[in-house]
Amino acid sequence: MKNHLYEYRKFVLGGIALAIVVCYIVRLAFLQLSDEEYKSRADNNAFFNNVIFPARGTIYDRNDSLLVFNQPAYDIMVIMREVNNLDTLDFCQTVGITRQQFDERMATIKDRNKNPGYSTYTQQLFMPQISAQEYGIFQEKMFRFHGFYLRERTIRRYATDHCAHILGDVAEVSSAEVEKDSYYTPGDYIGKQGVERSYEAELRGVKGVEILLRDSRGRIQGHYRNGEFDRKPVPGKNITLSIDAKLQALGERLMEGKMGAIVAIEPKTGEILCMVSAPSYDPHRMEGKQRGVQMMEMQRDPMKPMLNRAISGTYPPGSTFKTSQGLTFLQEGIITSSTAYPCSRGFRFGGMKVGCHGHGAPLPLIPAIATSCNGYFCWGLFHMLNNRQKYKTIQEAITTWKDYMVSMGFGYKLGIDLPGEARGMIPNADYYDRRLGKWNALGVISIAIGQGEVTLTPLQIANLGATIANRGYYITPHIVKKIEGGQLADSLLVKHKTKVDKQYYQMVAEGMRKAVLGGTCRGANNPKYAVCGKTGTAQNRGKDHSAFMGFAPMEDPKIAVAVYVENGGFGATYGVPIGALIMEQYINGELSPASQAKAEMFRQRHIDYGTRAR
Amino acid sequence: MEQEQGSKGIFLSIDWMTILLYVILIVWGWFSVCGACYDFNNPDLFSWETNSGKQIVWAGTSLVLAAALMLIEKRIYDTTAYITYIFMMVLLAVTIIIAPDTKGSHSWLPIGSSVKIQPAEFAKFSVALALGKLMDRYGYNIKNLKDIGTAIGIILLPMLLIIAQKETGSALVYFAFFLMLYREGMTGSLLFTGFACVTYFVVGMKFSESYIDNMPVSIGEFSVLLMAMLFTIGMVWVYCRNRQAVKIMAYTCFGGTALAMLFSIFVIPFNVCYVMVGFCLLMIGYIIGLAIYTRLIRYGLIALFAIISTSFFYITDSLFERLDDHQRIRIEVLLGMKDDPRGAGYNVNQAKIAIGSGGLFGKGFLNGTQTKLRYVPEQHTDFIFCTVGEEEGFVGSAGVLIVYLLFIWRLIVVAERQPDTMGRVYGYSVMCIFLFHLFINVGMVLGLTPVIGIPLPFFSYGGSSLWGFTLLLFIFLRMDAERNLKRQ
Repeated sequence: MKNHLYEYRKFVLGGIALAIVVCYIVRLAFLQLSDEEYKSRADNNAFFNNVIFPARGTIYDRNDSLLVFNQPAYDIMVIMREVNNLDTLDFCQTVGITRQQFDERMATIKDRNKNPGYSTYTQQLFMPQISAQEYGIFQEKMFRFHGFYLRERTIRRYATDHCAHILGDVAEVSSAEVEKDSYYTPGDYIGKQGVERSYEAELRGVKGVEILLRDSRGRIQGHYRNGEFDRKPVPGKNITLSIDAKLQALGERLMEGKMGAIVAIEPKTGEILCMVSAPSYDPHRMEGKQRGVQMMEMQRDPMKPMLNRAISGTYPPGSTFKTSQGLTFLQEGIITSSTAYPCSRGFRFGGMKVGCHGHGAPLPLIPAIATSCNGYFCWGLFHMLNNRQKYKTIQEAITTWKDYMVSMGFGYKLGIDLPGEARGMIPNADYYDRRLGKWNALGVISIAIGQGEVTLTPLQIANLGATIANRGYYITPHIVKKIEGGQLADSLLVKHKTKVDKQYYQMVAEGMRKAVLGGTCRGANNPKYAVCGKTGTAQNRGKDHSAFMGFAPMEDPKIAVAVYVENGGFGATYGVPIGALIMEQYINGELSPASQAKAEMFRQRHIDYGTRAR
Repeated sequence: MEQEQGSKGIFLSIDWMTILLYVILIVWGWFSVCGACYDFNNPDLFSWETNSGKQIVWAGTSLVLAAALMLIEKRIYDTTAYITYIFMMVLLAVTIIIAPDTKGSHSWLPIGSSVKIQPAEFAKFSVALALGKLMDRYGYNIKNLKDIGTAIGIILLPMLLIIAQKETGSALVYFAFFLMLYREGMTGSLLFTGFACVTYFVVGMKFSESYIDNMPVSIGEFSVLLMAMLFTIGMVWVYCRNRQAVKIMAYTCFGGTALAMLFSIFVIPFNVCYVMVGFCLLMIGYIIGLAIYTRLIRYGLIALFAIISTSFFYITDSLFERLDDHQRIRIEVLLGMKDDPRGAGYNVNQAKIAIGSGGLFGKGFLNGTQTKLRYVPEQHTDFIFCTVGEEEGFVGSAGVLIVYLLFIWRLIVVAERQPDTMGRVYGYSVMCIFLFHLFINVGMVLGLTPVIGIPLPFFSYGGSSLWGFTLLLFIFLRMDAERNLKRQ
């Protein structure tokens, strides 16, 4: 029987069905068409990027002897749900831990607060970096330890006992580094100091990745699109340092028991031949698991062995600085080669006195450098600062002076390819105006002899030597000679000309030659080649610092060197002989027997610094 | 001779349109099952070892079942309707006792070693048949309290039995029969009351903890009371056409509430809801008065509705507090009051990610990462729509919904052309069951309806549900095929 009375209700029911479907289609449109967030969340769910680490580049010295290499290490991994019937006692003995340590470790892995990515289906780190021996034993027994696996990782090993400051080290990235550079993820290794840090981008290579599909339980189900989007890792580039490992070793031996630095530069190229910072440490201490503990220990050491004094230490340059003053006065026409200044055991004027040692006076520039006459250079600066015909004010005079100093590479970072370089201090007019208010030449006169406000890094002193060796220019000092399959940064190859003409440099070089032949640097003389040198004895609160700057041979120089020994006394006491040995080793390729004996003697001469922290 | 002609006539009268839609849905469903059940270790979609292979077997046997059903004459159902119903009820009852525990429910009967069936899936058709038979009876009047009581009893018995099997989701499907009763003449106010209660619950719960600025007034409570007034006055307007009473009640209630709000805003902030409850009570008293005065039972029923409406918020609120934690959390997550992507909301959240990541055209067949890697629990059964959404995108999932809409529209057309009440009642029952499954299942995957574990017909993996829906549908198609035969 037809029921026509309520037939209209078929439209109500049909309407309900239509309304439901329309509602759902609108909802679908919202979910699928307007919001990209669901897509990325689905990708986060499903894609597991398995990172493949490239081999880090190895490091060689300038003669291609190996300094740093990689060694495989193994992490013990565990998949919790596969662990069964474990002979815990045997396991603990094999990997060399106690039952208690085992239990603690397992508990830490399972604790989601400490291990947020925990899944019973995936590999969890049980023990990092086991040694090769442990690896051998463990691998033999592994079939008995269900659920335990080995994961290969490389650790950095050192083939040398030297060069710690130069080479630096690698360690796990900090969270700040991860934040700064999206290349890194927690657990990656990164160069922390030295060349490892400054050449991180070249050494690390590029990580590869396999895009894997991961199911809801964290298990891997295969490659996404059969590996279409996978990337192979690009190995890191090998690096050749400009360092001569033998020279470096000699330098480090000579500086044993002392604080200070040696820097040697090949003047023509700006390549650093050796860079010693004392006290130093054995780079092996930074290998593998022990790094953290060793770092802590060294950071607590009052002698600060981690500090690279060659580039981070700033010292008064003392008399080595006089060469730069002579050059400035010559170029500015304050003096000529024949201008002579008096020196009656120093510079005396208007109650101001800068002492000097006994020598003939008055004397012109070349002998003044040879005898390291304080009076001469004080008078030179005095006349320069008070020359009102040339400079309207003393401020203008000191600004001119400062510009000369900056052109020689002082007061700013030289731009060496190592982290942590200090800029030293060259005062300018502004500085004196603020510090002293109203001031005159007498008040600042000690900067003429490398004292007072002036400080330089040992690298800047060595670079001064290189500039004089080149007679007026320098190449940015750098530590890396060659990058395999890459190029050095242009900034490391730039030729910097100073504001002083070549002819004046020749005069200063002659003065330095005279110092070696008959002046303060006699100890640096070598019959086989012509050495130029300049001593420095820098006053400070404690005993004087002993400094030396020199280069050899005088014509066609192969090496420029700076030696700085804290509290070593006269420049001739430590600076000159150490500098002489460095030059001999490099130029001759070896030390004569007499020099070897001398080297051994200096190695054993330690300076007592007490327990003071520097 | 006559018999042959009859068969031929029946073959020509089969509604091929419905069968076409049925086949489209089954084939489309099979592709979705392939995506949802993809096994990396066994990528052969046709192997008996995989669910997609098994689903082919279920689909094939369903077609055989369909063909067989087309051979059973309608009069057999007519004569056995009550017996079938009683048999199914006994089976449901027995299942409670003998069925082994499957994830906490006792609804699966093992047959042999590897096949299990779920009687609840097959009981629907017997209820539909029994209702058809009942309402086809001469003199059956749905306005008659006893007659409608019997019909409701037939619906409630299997519900209770299935609830006893701990399959609440499957039991809720039986509410679909009330839609059919509405078509047959049950008063619409009952449906409206049900709708109003759901609205009260959702709005009341969702906003019970949020307050109007600077006033101690719960938005949930306020809105529910406002709706109670609106609905009650609306009912007086629709069912009694008493313009005067509507005016009086509207001015008093809304005017009074507005004054109370102004007082609360500008003078002393207080809970306006107290005043509103007062006005509701006044209104109820007024309607009861009208009922007594006019002797019209409708006023009494409207008064009852008003009482339920006014008290509903307070009753559910106190019941809600007494629910088990996991049930309460489920409701809270559904209403968006709590965000718990790892716990109760995990399924729905992952389902939304799966669907949302599909975009316009989807990721392509077997390319859905979310489903292929098992991020959505129950994705091949209750959450199968995720696979459609992820692999076929908006185009595919909207397409499925449209095909379903066509299917349901076709069922309405076919039901309306039935020459007798039995056929129409059965047809509407079938249509309402499909509509209910679609509404709940897709709504749950889209995060719009509660997570109730019922399958999406023809899409969800499983023999029981596929056979159950085939049985339900093809009995109706056979009945329809006989529509042009004279009744003996």
